[in-house]
Amino acid sequence: MNGSGFRAYKLAFLLPGLLILLAIILFPLIFTIRVSFSSWDAITPGLNNAGGINYVKLFGDVRYWQSLGRLSLMAVGTVLLQYLLGLGLALLVWREVKLRRFFRVLFLVPMMTTPVVMSVVWRTIFHESLGPANDLLGMVGLGPFQWLTSASTAIVSVMIVEVWQWTPFMFLLLLAGLLSLPREPYLAAAIDGAGPIRTFFNVTLPLLAPVSIGALIIRLIEASKIMETVYVLTSGGPGTATETTGYYIYIRGLRDFEIGYASALSITYLVIMIVALTIIAKLLVKVFIGERT
Amino acid sequence: MMPKLYGLLKYSAILLWSAFVVAPFLWALTTSFKTANGVTGGPTYIPWLQYEPSLTGWRSLFGGAGGIDIVKPYLNSIVVTGSASAISLVLGTLAAYGLSRFDYRVGPAKNADVLFFFISQRIMPPIVLAIPFFLMLQFLGLLDSLLGLILVYIALLLPIAVWVMIDFFNNIPRQIDEMAMLDGCTPFGAFFRVILPNSLPGIIVAGLFCIIFGWNDFFFAFTLTFTDAQLLPVAVVALNSSVTPWWSLSASALISVAPLVLIAFLVERFLSRGNLAGAIR
Repeated sequence: MNGSGFRAYKLAFLLPGLLILLAIILFPLIFTIRVSFSSWDAITPGLNNAGGINYVKLFGDVRYWQSLGRLSLMAVGTVLLQYLLGLGLALLVWREVKLRRFFRVLFLVPMMTTPVVMSVVWRTIFHESLGPANDLLGMVGLGPFQWLTSASTAIVSVMIVEVWQWTPFMFLLLLAGLLSLPREPYLAAAIDGAGPIRTFFNVTLPLLAPVSIGALIIRLIEASKIMETVYVLTSGGPGTATETTGYYIYIRGLRDFEIGYASALSITYLVIMIVALTIIAKLLVKVFIGERT
Repeated sequence: MMPKLYGLLKYSAILLWSAFVVAPFLWALTTSFKTANGVTGGPTYIPWLQYEPSLTGWRSLFGGAGGIDIVKPYLNSIVVTGSASAISLVLGTLAAYGLSRFDYRVGPAKNADVLFFFISQRIMPPIVLAIPFFLMLQFLGLLDSLLGLILVYIALLLPIAVWVMIDFFNNIPRQIDEMAMLDGCTPFGAFFRVILPNSLPGIIVAGLFCIIFGWNDFFFAFTLTFTDAQLLPVAVVALNSSVTPWWSLSASALISVAPLVLIAFLVERFLSRGNLAGAIR
């Protein structure tokens, strides 16, 4: 086949998808950057040139930085929990277990469900007097807890829902990783007389390292966007106790209509997330694969 | 003794987690058959024994008293998720195949960078795009329309399709395409006649992921629509306000998550096959 004909085929595969994604994503992103340098709000809408005033303002915005700290805590906390639980569950149904195909799908069910819709259900579960959470825990002598109305428990409640929703995704990624492991190292470990615990730490965990890193990063990326569950469960409350960055920007931008300022907040949020996730990814590679590379 | 104890622990752990997984569904199921009396008297679980079951909640979904009409948002969700997933799947599969087989060079960017551009879109917090999307759709006259939502959802789903499919194609040996082309196929012919039929498991997984993230998105549907193009999650969350008709809320929640749960059980054997996390690096 001649060169130019081949080139046309090459481009026909890639270009439609690439151009459409560029068109849909790039314009909004550039527009947001431009708007972040304007003072667009409800009273004076429109693009003007306000310089970097929004960026100066956000440095002193305590509520913003607190929401970022809270988001980091929630994201890292829930993802670590999801990893431990997901790995445990994947190991449980990896091999000889009765009904293992049934349990594998059952464990996946929460990630198939709509987060906000299930959060609506969780809200009824967490209802202090009419919901089952306090009722059932009361039977074993625990509680009652103020699930959604006290600052310290509300954040735990949001995290419980996040763990319920997304542990399945972690489980799916880790199970697929386990199922694709080679058999030879296990035979070698068995010949050496290694027990199950030593086999796990010396064979399974190192072999699973690349998949673990991938799964943790994918989940951290998704968790860095937590806001929908917060919106439904607590609306950021009580006070601002569960307000995540996305939700705070939503309030400033689409509720108070401070478009210019909210745009500056979003761009800063995006940059911080990209930098943080890149650093975390590098650290994870070092921790899991470290000495060997 | 030890293996027996280990087995007992293993099955207890499995059952415990299963209980945690199904608990919200069971609670929603029992609540959906209650009336005001069954809810305000405190938590009850067993129909007939603890409360008198009623179909009020389920009727309210189809125009009954005190509920919502769920049929229109349901159809809207099917149209938007279906179209956006189908378009993303077609474009994403083509792009992934191209990136897996050919060498591209756009200025300094090579294949890995183009792939990174696709996948990195998942990092974008929805709120960053929501404001410009709102203004953009307003400018195009597509605010509160299904077409506008489909456009936005393509941006969300296309990266997922590329991400799943690239791993799949990378695992199909290149020799297969080369053989097909030696036999006189064009690159398109090799792709459509040889590679695509062998990629069905990958396409099913990619399609399922597109449908999951499309069907379950709330934020864009919430900020970019008002009444006409309302999607299912928005309609359900609207019931979450002040007065609490828990019965219709539970019924609507169950009916809106049911399709994907059923699909999950149908395509179960494909799900754990793709090694998605391995593809990221």
